[in-house]
Amino acid sequence: MNRQQLLDLYFLEARSKLIDLAAFLDRIDQAEGEADFRLAAFLRALDTVHAAGGGRAERVLLCLSDSSREPAPVAPGNAACGAWPGETQS
Amino acid sequence: MRYIEPHAHMVSRVTDDYRAMTVSGCAAVCEPAFWAGFDRGSAAGFHDYFCQLTDHEPRRAAKFGLPHYCWLCINPKESEDLTLAREVVELIPEFLKKPTVLGIGEIGLNRNSRNEVKVLEMQVDLAARHDQLILVHTPHLEDKLKGTRLILDVLRADRRIQPGRCIIDHVEEHTVGMVLEAGFWAGMTLYPETKCTSARAVDIVERYGADRLWMNSACDWGVSVPLAVPYAALEMRRRGHSPEEMDRLIYGNPMRFLSQCPKFRPPDSPS
Repeated sequence: MNRQQLLDLYFLEARSKLIDLAAFLDRIDQAEGEADFRLAAFLRALDTVHAAGGGRAERVLLCLSDSSREPAPVAPGNAACGAWPGETQS
Repeated sequence: MRYIEPHAHMVSRVTDDYRAMTVSGCAAVCEPAFWAGFDRGSAAGFHDYFCQLTDHEPRRAAKFGLPHYCWLCINPKESEDLTLAREVVELIPEFLKKPTVLGIGEIGLNRNSRNEVKVLEMQVDLAARHDQLILVHTPHLEDKLKGTRLILDVLRADRRIQPGRCIIDHVEEHTVGMVLEAGFWAGMTLYPETKCTSARAVDIVERYGADRLWMNSACDWGVSVPLAVPYAALEMRRRGHSPEEMDRLIYGNPMRFLSQCPKFRPPDSPS
């Protein structure tokens, strides 16, 4: 498909998601209290979307991933939350 | 349209889902053993679950003319207790003789712990000793990258394992490349909020080709869509893929991989 066709197919859906994302950040801004590492990771990932070149989805996923290599001594009791508090690769 | 649902947790679904899948062209459904949403307290609980997967669920699916197959294992989320894991793994060989058991799965990792890795190795060994196909679950969200790397390390370290007989499931953009480059099959799970959307799955197909990829709904008790595979086929059609390309991905590929188990019989579904 060419760019025009892809825009015809996906623009409204992407536009809706973009507004949702902006509204989410507004909601966070307007709320009280401290944010945790998830917001910082989210904003770092958002920055990678602006970067030139393809592979944006992969870069976002890497930004939100645990990039360590060794198995954890024990499984953390909590479920995965979608972001990692350590230094991630991008 | 015809398709094979290669990964669905039908024990968690209502009977209406079987009907919807059948009328949408589903020709066979395959159910890996998984976490029930709570930790089972004993090996006897797993024994009952394996009976459900190998006896009860095929009969429920048969009411809609739908062949039902399964995979057996202790799932990674319940692998922290090594004693329980050993007891469950010892139960599995007697069930491997059942006519609808395709292999060992979905084994893998959840939070990437040392004990999870030990149980993964234990079950890879089980599969190798019994010449079984392997279906691997990769971890959720931020744990997927590390978990996929660790899983590939375990599989490559066992020389008995043939990559063409293993499918590594729940790949996304950051893991699909390493899985395919290592010679394994890769599964894409179509979830509304996590894992892949239909559009992203089709992006991956267009980038990597459809040679060793399949798509599944992995529908369970969580947010999931039992008809996700035909919906993704619709996405392919919107993107200009031919009916032959769609058929290859959602029917031909699972057929090709699963037919490596002689118990998997080609469904006689109209195309």
